[in-house]
Amino acid sequence: MTENRMGTRQVELEVLRYNPETDQEPKFQRFTVPCVNEWCVLDALNYLKDNLDSTLSYRWSCHMQVCGSCGMMINGEPKLACKAMLRDYAGVIRVEPLSHFPIERDLVSVADDFMAKLKRVKPYLIPGEKRTLADGEYKQTPAQLERYKKYAMCINCMLCYAACPEYGLTPKFIGPAAISLAHRYNQDSRDGGRDERQEEIATSEGVWECTFVGACSDVCPKHVDPASALQQVKVASTVDWYLEHFMSWVKK
Amino acid sequence: MAKSNKPIIWGTFAAGGTLTAFVTPVLMVLTLLAATGHLPEMLGYDKLHAFAAGWFGKLVIFVILFLSLWSQAHRLRCTFYDFGARADTLVAITVYALAGVGSIATLVYLARL
Repeated sequence: MTENRMGTRQVELEVLRYNPETDQEPKFQRFTVPCVNEWCVLDALNYLKDNLDSTLSYRWSCHMQVCGSCGMMINGEPKLACKAMLRDYAGVIRVEPLSHFPIERDLVSVADDFMAKLKRVKPYLIPGEKRTLADGEYKQTPAQLERYKKYAMCINCMLCYAACPEYGLTPKFIGPAAISLAHRYNQDSRDGGRDERQEEIATSEGVWECTFVGACSDVCPKHVDPASALQQVKVASTVDWYLEHFMSWVKK
Repeated sequence: MAKSNKPIIWGTFAAGGTLTAFVTPVLMVLTLLAATGHLPEMLGYDKLHAFAAGWFGKLVIFVILFLSLWSQAHRLRCTFYDFGARADTLVAITVYALAGVGSIATLVYLARL
């Protein structure tokens, strides 16, 4: 690569490789990749795949922190490869697939567990009040929008699952993103599906598995703050519990 | 899956956590002031003893100690869990029993005031 006005740099990448057809277990492979300083780790991986080793497998799509595909462990921290800038790293950069998930191949992790949990919590609008087309749109005030907007930013990148020690210890835990998305719809003024979602998330493998470590919020690339969503779900579920057991005549 | 009964424990944990966040620092400052002899006259031993001897004072002290003990017991249980100790039932019984002993001791001492 020729000298660029932005400056180039040889980056040492230590990439976890695993081919289920030939390898007994994953192992690291070292590459020296000529990079532009302003690149992100995803650019370096793309250069590596295009020029050095075309067998490297990893997921990516948008390159702009929207699709949530390129989540991986970078120097042991869950990051989007498109958001991890090379200029922030010195020395060897270690790249591994997301923690707490099985490896499909190289940097590709198996997302089936998360997808199944996402489906269970019904992360879609279940209208509270049925309206016909003639009734017009569902209206919402800016204040009502504000109640869930932050939680609607989730891109399902699973970084929070890789960061959560509880998910690592107890894989049946529904986990930060899925519960945050359930909360996002519970908080929506147009929604009426909270009771259905509570059956999944107000359980011991739901929100009560969370011990408020807060790592999910530290790593979230979209500032969703899943930990705050889970705390709000705990408060609401506690109020529910007291109402259900001592004041069952009160409507939630 | 049935809804969890965890709210029974979590309710006292949350209430205790909120309470201790506000009350404990105040108590620490007052203790330090008392230890260095800078306590204002209105918070002197005789005044506080008289407050603690009344039923309202007893109630306040009991609620603060009971909730603090329960919240810290639950926090300890969670910490054990986070560090990977999987004997959750044993840990839970131990820490809640300690909180229970502390709560009963508080009751006994308050009754003897």
